[in-house]
Amino acid sequence: MSTTHYLVLSAILFSLGVLGVLVRRNALIVFMCVEMMLNASNLAFVAFAQQNGNLYGQTIAFFVMVVAAAEVVVGLAIIVTIYRTRRSASVDEPSLLKY
Amino acid sequence: MIQLLGAAANQTFEMPSIDYHQIAPILVVLGMAVVSVLVEAFVPREARRNVQLVLTFATLIVAFILVVSLAGQRALAAAGAVAVDGPSLFLQGSLLILAIMAALLVAEKGVDSAGDAFAARANALPGSVDEREFTKRGWLTTEIWPLFLFSVGGMLLFVTGSDLLILFVGLEIMSLPLYLLAGMARRRRLLSQEAAMKYFLLGAFSSGFFLYGAAMLYGFAGTVDLGGIADAVNANAGQNGLLIAGMALISVGLFFKVAAVPFHQWAPDVYQGSPTSITSFMAACVKLAAFGAMLRIMYVALGGLRWDWRPMFWVIAILTMFVGVIIALTQTDVKRMLAYSSIAHAGFLLIAVIATNEQGIGGAMFYLLAYGVATIGAFGVVSLVRDSTGEATHLSSWAGLGKRSPWVAGAFTIFLLSFAGIPLTAGFIGKFAVFEAGVAGGAGWLVVVAVIASAIAVFFYGRVIVIMFFTEPQADGPTVVIPSSFTAIAIAAGLALTIVLGIIPQPFLDLAEKASIFVR
Repeated sequence: MSTTHYLVLSAILFSLGVLGVLVRRNALIVFMCVEMMLNASNLAFVAFAQQNGNLYGQTIAFFVMVVAAAEVVVGLAIIVTIYRTRRSASVDEPSLLKY
Repeated sequence: MIQLLGAAANQTFEMPSIDYHQIAPILVVLGMAVVSVLVEAFVPREARRNVQLVLTFATLIVAFILVVSLAGQRALAAAGAVAVDGPSLFLQGSLLILAIMAALLVAEKGVDSAGDAFAARANALPGSVDEREFTKRGWLTTEIWPLFLFSVGGMLLFVTGSDLLILFVGLEIMSLPLYLLAGMARRRRLLSQEAAMKYFLLGAFSSGFFLYGAAMLYGFAGTVDLGGIADAVNANAGQNGLLIAGMALISVGLFFKVAAVPFHQWAPDVYQGSPTSITSFMAACVKLAAFGAMLRIMYVALGGLRWDWRPMFWVIAILTMFVGVIIALTQTDVKRMLAYSSIAHAGFLLIAVIATNEQGIGGAMFYLLAYGVATIGAFGVVSLVRDSTGEATHLSSWAGLGKRSPWVAGAFTIFLLSFAGIPLTAGFIGKFAVFEAGVAGGAGWLVVVAVIASAIAVFFYGRVIVIMFFTEPQADGPTVVIPSSFTAIAIAAGLALTIVLGIIPQPFLDLAEKASIFVR
């Protein structure tokens, strides 16, 4: 089976992730969209590994999963701290820093 | 796949040979960062700060000595994953010098009556009873030290990575600790937390772009090795969608990290909200590491594609310089003004990338060092000008500072002159080297534009000098706190290097020039 389908799916997922980061207002949702971008990359890596006939892409997917997990730890810590301080996880509300 | 299966059938596995000396600086810093985590777990609270200080400074100094001991080597180490060559060693050396200076600012405990610049406990709610209790007990967040070391380790990896995977991992090890450090300020904690969230969300967003770009380049070349990608680029005739998409997406990821317009929105907010010592670390070291990686990717892997990426870089460079200097003109906060100034400097540095010649590499490396020492010194001065609520960063409260504290204002003036590129300072030599490389690389008009932008920049740096020396001090203005020797040494070192690099730059320029060939 051709890898094109997987690549198209990965491009759709990536675009949805980018769109979500740009339009959603809840920090948690924005963060989930970022994770979707990383997972879209993973899918592309694995599909290309199949297409190129080597295993680099599959190995990289494992590294990316670990990095994404580390990012979740750091990201949730920051978002939870903001939530506890402000009782809201909206990305619009913290707006003391501007201009 | 077939070859791999064949190899598995023959039961042969070739051990990659790793020369540990070549990657020793990175291993030492990351290894000691792990030890530093253990210190947090096992050393009693009263002794932790001193143990962490000794450990951090010893690690950074040992890593610097190891980098010096590698001087002159040119090889791909660790099975081709890491390049040990002139640019990577020069950048690692500069990075460690800047990290030591930034660590001195982070270690300062004498300017805030309540302790150091970091929250007593980052998880206690701002303004809560818990927070007051922890502050009264004098607790310190010594977890900043392992985070600091991990971040330095990530930067060392980021400037040497010769493989898109290593570059991505280095990028993340560098960034993740910084997101946390940005949110840990003792004073104005809401601003600090907001800065951390903005930095985190946009930083993660940009690494998503970087990674997807890496996937595209892997799809195009069948390898993530920078040399392998270069071979594939050279063998490829005509347009290839994957290659162009990969190049563009990776560039976007890197533009975010160096804060180039239009990907700069996070920088002013994060620079203003973070603890000042961390801001200095971000401004100097992250910019250096990101430009190091950008130079390597653009020169080594995508050098054959330069006619495709140069137009894009031209536009970004011009936008970055002008947006940086013009918005800086309207700023009323010192940290924010320095943030826009740092954006403008990213624009000047992009000229060195566009030049795509050896002078460009040498010039950029010198520029990054010169900019870094002045930046850390300048933020060191910012951390000393305080009133009852913490740092007084509004420009109006700096009025008349030169009359009350001529030494501090004088030091700040020299850093500003270096940023502006006035002769006899390091900044002038850096700008000159980069502009010269730009002209040699066929970007003459871009250099003309850059000179105009520098002229505008002189105006807002000059305005601060006028405010400090030629206006009357406010009656209830801020005071300049006498720091402990940590900050004093950092500012003095920044001052000394700024002047030395400005007056006798030749040995350093020669070193940068000798170190300006990438291995692949």
